[in-house]
Amino acid sequence: MGEFTIKMPDVGEGVAEAELVEWHVKAGDPVREDMVIAAVMTDKATVEIPSPVTGIVVWLGAEIGDRVAVKAPLVRIETAGEGGEIRTEIPAAVTPAKALEPPLPALDLTKGTVPKAATAPREIVAVPAEKPLASPAVRLFARENGIDLRQVTGSGPAGRILREDIDQFFAHGAAPFPAQVVPGRKTTTEEIKLTGLRRRIAEKMSLSASRIPHITYVEEIDMTALEELRATMNRDRKPEQPKLTVLPFLMRAIVKAVAEQPNLNATFDDHTGVLTRHGAVHIGIAAQTPAGLVVPVVRHTEARGIWDCASEMNRLAEAARTGSATRDELGGSTITISSLGALGGIVSTPVINHPEVAIIGVNKIAVRPVWDGTQFVPRKMMNLSSSFDHRIVDGWDAATFVQRVRVLLETPALIFIES
Amino acid sequence: MKEIVCKLLVIGAGPGGYVCAIRAGQLGIDTVIVEESKPGGTCLNVGCIPSKALIHAAEEFAVVRRMAAGRSPIGIRVADAAIDLAKTIGWKDGIVGRLTSGVSTLLHKANVKIVHGRAVFRDGKTVEVETETGAQIIRADTVVIATGSEPVDLASLPFGGRVISSTEALSLKDLPEKLVVVGGGYIGLELGTAFAKMGSEVTVVEALPQILPQYDADLVRPVLRKLGELGIRVLTSAKAKGLSGDGNALFVEAADSQEQQLPADRILVTVGRKPKTTGSGLEELDLDRSGPYLRIDERCRTSMRGIYAIGDVTGEPMLAHRAMAQGEMVAEIVAGRKRAWDKRCIPAVCFTDPEIVTAGLSPGEARAQGYEIRVGQFPFSANGRAMTMHSDEGFVRVVARADSNLVLGLQAVGAGVSELSATFAHAMEMGARLEDIAGTIHAHPTRSEAIQEAALKALGHALHT
Repeated sequence: MGEFTIKMPDVGEGVAEAELVEWHVKAGDPVREDMVIAAVMTDKATVEIPSPVTGIVVWLGAEIGDRVAVKAPLVRIETAGEGGEIRTEIPAAVTPAKALEPPLPALDLTKGTVPKAATAPREIVAVPAEKPLASPAVRLFARENGIDLRQVTGSGPAGRILREDIDQFFAHGAAPFPAQVVPGRKTTTEEIKLTGLRRRIAEKMSLSASRIPHITYVEEIDMTALEELRATMNRDRKPEQPKLTVLPFLMRAIVKAVAEQPNLNATFDDHTGVLTRHGAVHIGIAAQTPAGLVVPVVRHTEARGIWDCASEMNRLAEAARTGSATRDELGGSTITISSLGALGGIVSTPVINHPEVAIIGVNKIAVRPVWDGTQFVPRKMMNLSSSFDHRIVDGWDAATFVQRVRVLLETPALIFIES
Repeated sequence: MKEIVCKLLVIGAGPGGYVCAIRAGQLGIDTVIVEESKPGGTCLNVGCIPSKALIHAAEEFAVVRRMAAGRSPIGIRVADAAIDLAKTIGWKDGIVGRLTSGVSTLLHKANVKIVHGRAVFRDGKTVEVETETGAQIIRADTVVIATGSEPVDLASLPFGGRVISSTEALSLKDLPEKLVVVGGGYIGLELGTAFAKMGSEVTVVEALPQILPQYDADLVRPVLRKLGELGIRVLTSAKAKGLSGDGNALFVEAADSQEQQLPADRILVTVGRKPKTTGSGLEELDLDRSGPYLRIDERCRTSMRGIYAIGDVTGEPMLAHRAMAQGEMVAEIVAGRKRAWDKRCIPAVCFTDPEIVTAGLSPGEARAQGYEIRVGQFPFSANGRAMTMHSDEGFVRVVARADSNLVLGLQAVGAGVSELSATFAHAMEMGARLEDIAGTIHAHPTRSEAIQEAALKALGHALHT
């Protein structure tokens, strides 16, 4: 019997360490050669680590969430043969498992336009490829203040940039200079490392967008009747009852619609090719919080009335806002609603909450003129923008589903009629 | 096993590493430095400092010998001159000792923890150090590799016996009667000249057609002339082939392809230096290379985040002051300050006789980069101070853009011109024009007046030529 120590491989992104995000094995488990034993996350991607040997796992070198240095021992595996140390190689085919490259916003700190020479014309025009001419103290001052000296025109001899030129750049950088205004080239960039929730959102979105072929279907819905009903219900509600928004009605409509199209209340495992239809309707509500986008889940909406849906949604929204939502409350949805509330625009392209197959996007309600056959009448109109996983949902099914939801919302009594 | 956890770990206490650690300590960073031998690295122990001590001693001796021989034009005569090399080496060792203990004191003052031993990477964030008291594990958020360089040997002339590197040359207790120096770069010529002044019969063997190949012929000419005056034989375009059977001579293939035999007590091989990248676990970290060196960016970052490299291990020019500047910069980056390498020049000094100093571009380099230039050159033979010191060989040269008079480079060759390096570098970093140098009062009588005169000459109105 021998024992192999598998070391953390170089995950190839120029990092000295990576975060362990998943163990696929535990002590005592048998592993085969090439079986994935763990997944580690770097800033850009989650990388799966295969076992180089066949044997029994006897020791795990880290816990999930630990940052493990490149070359540090990760796993020990007892094998039939001789032991040793191995640094696994990341096979090319496995590496790009969940690669993503979020576009980083290039922030411009200086907001500067290059002030044109306000004084006498310069005797020298600096060659663009050359280093800006400035004393070490001026260069240091510029760097500390995030100024790219290539943007600054030097007023000194031979085009030398003086401290006063930078002061001038500060003073006039953002404002248009009198007369000869020339928009300056901005060459500054700022790298912002995505961390925490933003990083998770980026990974999740990229996963959805890269793995799921989306189709988005937009339909306009006359909400006039529902809005009247909602106003009445809100007016007559009991003190303990929450104020109703459109969402609880939509949630109930979805429960009804998916009962007829169970393929839409489903999750799809594209590794195994298995679609899981869920009896329960756990509706995720994508919501903006100060920290970023989170998706609290109203569980078992199929078993909740309108008021119950509203209460649970309010409770979860509050928990999400204050950061006290539990992991269970933020996961496990089977279909998702994306709502930007009053900001909702006229159309959106919601990104499906992987591994679900459908997401319903709510747009803003607006009073619009609608031709009723004889005249234009003011109606409260709202668009629903809904995206579907086209591998599972055909266009026809998507349209059928949205039309069903439309009928339910336009004739809200149907929502309350027992099927 | 004992374990230290720190913010910054510096591997190597040479000029790059110790400066980095001191600056980091000043900035309140929890810093540990690991050194396997004495603090100070190559520079303090077997490089800059001991060689300059030896060069100085040799020059003093040469002056007295000239006086004893009745060849002093100044009119001083002494009875006799003798040198006790062991005592000279002892004096040199005293200086080195004072400086290395000074470095230790500075590190302590900056609250840097020093660990003595060889550091070997265990993983990307951890090193193991074998110390006298056992193994020590050090974990750090950030690591700076400052492991330096070591002399390169030739396959045909491995170090050992009569074949020595610069390190051994600086600790010889007896003067070699016949010394062959293989490699006509600055290290070989500095040491070869010193030994010749102390009385050795010196031959320099250089494979290229010119000694000091990094300098232009104008700068090298006064050095070549002096080598001749000192009786040093220079063989260019000549290759060292190996030792003779009895080991008492070196076979050399000369320019005419004829093989010669050069008798030698010692053969000093100074054909270059290579980065120390082996034996410290660096190989397993797979850091990107640039040739044999660790590849770094303008912030001295290696290809692995959190790991920096500075000094000789990162490539040419292998100069202590470059390493120091990098070390200081990296410490400030680690402290969160915005820094990047933005130097306009790294001055270089060659302590031959006479000395050579350069900063920025030579005329040839400036033209090659597409500049239209004007050049001003002023000889020390027209400089009062140089004459009074009876060493008026050499000149100061300034290279400037023809359109703006912006100074692109400054060079000098002559006695004591190493001290001009600061003013050269200062002019370059400040973006000086010829008029700036010409318009600055240079004290009289000094050698530095030649700088002002060179600028005036480039402007077309030198006063003293």
